[in-house]
Amino acid sequence: MEQLKTIGRELAMGSQGGFYQSKEFLDLVKSIGEARSKAEEDRIVLGEIETLKRRVSEPDIPKRKMKEYILRLVYVEMLGHDASFGYIHAVKMTHDDSLLVKRTGYLAVTLFLNEDHDLIILIVNTIQKDLKSDNYLVVCAALNAVCKLINEETIPAVLPQVVDLLAHPKEAVRKKAIMALHRFYQKSPSSVSHLVSNFRKRLCDNDPGVMGATLCPLFELVSTDVNSYKDLVISFVSILKQVAERRLPKAYDYHQMPAPFIQIKLLKILALLGSGDKQASENMYTVVGDIFRKCDSSSNIGNAVLYECICCVSSIYPNPKLLESAADAISRFLKSDSHNLKYMGIDALGRLIKISPEIAEQHQLAVIDCLEDPDDTLKRKTFELLYKMTKSTNVEVIVDRMIDYMISINDNHYKTEIASRCVELAEQFAPSNQWFIQIMNKVFEHAGDLVNIKVAHNLMRLIAEGFGEDDDSADSQLRSSAVDSYLHILGEPKIPSVFLQLICWVLGEYGTADGKYSASYITGKLSDVAEAYSNDETVKAYAVTALMKIYAFEIAAGRKVDMLPECQSLMEQFLASHSTDLQQRAYELQAVIGLDAHAVESIMPSDASCEDIEVDKALSFLNGYIQDSIEKGAQPYIPESERSGMLNISNFRNQDHHGASSHGLKFEAYELPKQTVQSRIPPATLASTEFVPVPEPMSVRESYPTTIVPSASSDAESTELKLRLDGVQKKWGRQTHSPATSTSSSTSKKTVNGIKQVDGSNTSNSSTWETYDSRKHVEINSEKQKLAASLFGGSSKTEKKPATGHKISKPSSHMVEKSHVRKSSMEIASEKKALVHQPPDLLDFGEPTVQSSDPPSVDPFKELEGLLEPTTQLGSTAAAATNSPDIMGLFTETPGGTHNKDDSDILSSLSKQPVTNMVGGATSTQVAQSSKGPNRKDSLEKDSLVRQMGVTPSSPNPNLFKDLLG
Amino acid sequence: MIKAVMVMNTQGKTRLAKFYEYLPVEKQQELIRGVFAVLCSRAENVSNFIDAESIFGPDSRLVYKHFATLYFVFVFDSSENELAVLDLIQVFVETLDKCFQNVCELDIVFGYSKVHTILDEMIFGGQVVETSSSEIMKAIEEISKLEAASNAITLIPKSASGWRSR
Repeated sequence: MEQLKTIGRELAMGSQGGFYQSKEFLDLVKSIGEARSKAEEDRIVLGEIETLKRRVSEPDIPKRKMKEYILRLVYVEMLGHDASFGYIHAVKMTHDDSLLVKRTGYLAVTLFLNEDHDLIILIVNTIQKDLKSDNYLVVCAALNAVCKLINEETIPAVLPQVVDLLAHPKEAVRKKAIMALHRFYQKSPSSVSHLVSNFRKRLCDNDPGVMGATLCPLFELVSTDVNSYKDLVISFVSILKQVAERRLPKAYDYHQMPAPFIQIKLLKILALLGSGDKQASENMYTVVGDIFRKCDSSSNIGNAVLYECICCVSSIYPNPKLLESAADAISRFLKSDSHNLKYMGIDALGRLIKISPEIAEQHQLAVIDCLEDPDDTLKRKTFELLYKMTKSTNVEVIVDRMIDYMISINDNHYKTEIASRCVELAEQFAPSNQWFIQIMNKVFEHAGDLVNIKVAHNLMRLIAEGFGEDDDSADSQLRSSAVDSYLHILGEPKIPSVFLQLICWVLGEYGTADGKYSASYITGKLSDVAEAYSNDETVKAYAVTALMKIYAFEIAAGRKVDMLPECQSLMEQFLASHSTDLQQRAYELQAVIGLDAHAVESIMPSDASCEDIEVDKALSFLNGYIQDSIEKGAQPYIPESERSGMLNISNFRNQDHHGASSHGLKFEAYELPKQTVQSRIPPATLASTEFVPVPEPMSVRESYPTTIVPSASSDAESTELKLRLDGVQKKWGRQTHSPATSTSSSTSKKTVNGIKQVDGSNTSNSSTWETYDSRKHVEINSEKQKLAASLFGGSSKTEKKPATGHKISKPSSHMVEKSHVRKSSMEIASEKKALVHQPPDLLDFGEPTVQSSDPPSVDPFKELEGLLEPTTQLGSTAAAATNSPDIMGLFTETPGGTHNKDDSDILSSLSKQPVTNMVGGATSTQVAQSSKGPNRKDSLEKDSLVRQMGVTPSSPNPNLFKDLLG
Repeated sequence: MIKAVMVMNTQGKTRLAKFYEYLPVEKQQELIRGVFAVLCSRAENVSNFIDAESIFGPDSRLVYKHFATLYFVFVFDSSENELAVLDLIQVFVETLDKCFQNVCELDIVFGYSKVHTILDEMIFGGQVVETSSSEIMKAIEEISKLEAASNAITLIPKSASGWRSR
């Protein structure tokens, strides 16, 4: 046996002359393969780098050697080590006359350099020359480099040559020139905007490869500007029709599908062009319908085209017949055992429910299966779908599920996403305030550091304002339940900062409001927080302000304030704090405590965080002062517009915030430093919401406009300003909350609407299920049923009676699919084996039973071999169909079987069934036989070589290896 | 658009890495490690798709296929179709197989430049230009013929070129 292996190796080395690299390189790869740890690997690679450094600087290296060194450098860099010392040599190689060396040089530079590298300047000239070369391979290599290495500034240097190449006689060159032009377009649309028409021209190229390549740039162009390409709809449709009718050369067939990749690209483009355009869409209906019919749903690529059809149908102007086919295709995807198809099915369902929401219901169980699947990808996709179909009826179940999942994962990126989705759904559809606060608590507890701070501010506002109804008792109930839950949560060991801030604020505002908790209890809790999280300044600041509020309310209520000893020590600590912010807050607290009840009440009225602060924009309270000054001889104020004579005020404001970057010079005065508004400034009248800033460099005046801006601008307009506002709010709860009143009240109104919707949609839903009752086909456990019902809005009555017809179809199709899905590569491998065992003249024995007669073998090396001719998969599916005794099953599978012999008549196939399948099976086996050049021996040799080389370091044999190469 | 193509073995060793947008070497390594960490934690019988946004930023999808000791990984954006890319991997591997006759991991290590040539014929500047395996083979054969020719003339004496031409 040992000897046999050796022979195998010898044979392999002999026949594999392809390993033409030197022994050194082989050794390097081998030793890296054997490295036990990353550190060992690094050591080896660093050694190699030293060697290469020495070698490349030697004089007079033969080109062949140099080429190898460069390839070794590429290898070293691929392993993550710096090979920059060799870049210049790679650049030099591109100048070489020999094609091989030149191509290697180009390969290396495209991998090494980026478009802004210093060495590019040395290459541009070579590229220019090479683009004009007679040898088309040189041109191709240069075009490759053009794609990667030419930046906006160097485009003009090569653009004329590239444009010339669009008419090159070789199709490979035309194809690449198109792509290069596309790349230029991506990098700098303006530089090639006059050449865009070339893409249209190339669409009519004689070579299908060039035409197919042109679809890539056209797809991008269409997606940026649909309207200027509407005229191409007819052309695209006719191309797609020709492709589907197999007018393209056979070489473009892939797994018996005519040019599927081109079909997919075309469908994508049509989806864009037909979106919201009835007239354009009508042109597409026939061809898309044809493709639906012709697609072979037993192969992966057939399903890819089907999926693209569904996307197209859901994007273009709806057509009932096509929607029906799409729904059929989706249900086939979802029923499949393949995770890939389920994934695509879920995705497609998400697209289709936008147009016909009712189709989701018939797939509810499949969706729930996907939700419980161990495959994370599928789960996430399903959550995406659920997110899209959330209504006020099912929001509770969906959000609960999302939160459970959010808690279970570690991936911060996805956690953030799902947390923000939970928040969004909860805000939009919350059935009750209680529930909303609970959900928010959970989100903050588990993903508090990941959610946007704005979410916390929204929640504060919500708690402060209640839900917009005039029911005060409900609001206060909400608040006290919030306070209860927060006091409870404070017992937990580690709470995210954002959540703590929220808790502090709520405790400060409402901790003592309902009289359930004493001031000393709340202040004790607050000082515990400040102490426990002593390295979080923001939390401490919130805590101090909350303390101040509690004390202020106490004083205002006429009660005597006794500061707890821990509070006192905390205050002392803060009074001497390094943070000026904390210091100021502490001093303010001290000052407030010293005031009498009346004064305190006007500074810190209880539950007034959402009162409006009235702002006297004309600053009329200063009139007396101005009068005095003018009388004393001061200059009267001249408005800005009169002084400069050109800018009106709103312009000025604009420029101040956004315009600065677009102008070279800034003529306006710099923005003043923001000042906090002293709450003691007496609020004056004038309550209009219009706001005209007064760009006067006087700090007191200026501070008003800046705080007020958000109320004038829309919510989305300036988040930056709003955030700043939130910062201010910490100190002066009362004022700054007011500007946001308008936005938040609208949110709460929405919620009210949502609640109202419940009744309406409930009734309509239940009527729809009645019709779906008959479609339920499998016995499911009650828990799942319940979940389905709550997700899709129904009670458990939904899944009572499995309809008989479907009950039959289910197991059969199940079986068929199983046979085709179950680890396809393994299956192929086993089939392969069966074929290999047969003598080659048994070609005619290709009966469908062949694969089942052999037990499946699990040889991993067979798997690679197996990908030689995956078409056999088709045959096996057809075979499985024959084995299935069920007529329904046969019927569903017929398209797959008949496809092989171009017979699209489904009805007739029922009678012809056995024949068809015979044909299908036979052809596929034939194909497998004829294309099966390499044999087992070959792969055995390879196998042994791989093992020996140490790539799989199980049994290395270095000595023998040396001999072989020596 | 295709963002990156990677081939790595089951132990996490990179066998091929091509990024269609320039990235510094360290970043490339980081991404490859990130991808491998996800890949090796995936169970046997799950889908071939991975949500790659946490690794590659927004609008990125990842499709991989496991062959023997190798993972073939394609990263791309929403302008491609996942199932189609899965078949693109199939085309790529089929082509490799035709080119190296029964391709194995070792071929990819040593036939490094050839693998790149194949990939360049398929994907050009991040766009899929050719999807027909036989067309790619034709191009590759022509390239090696011409390369060998130019090589024989300029570089190596006849006797030495003998062992190099297959």
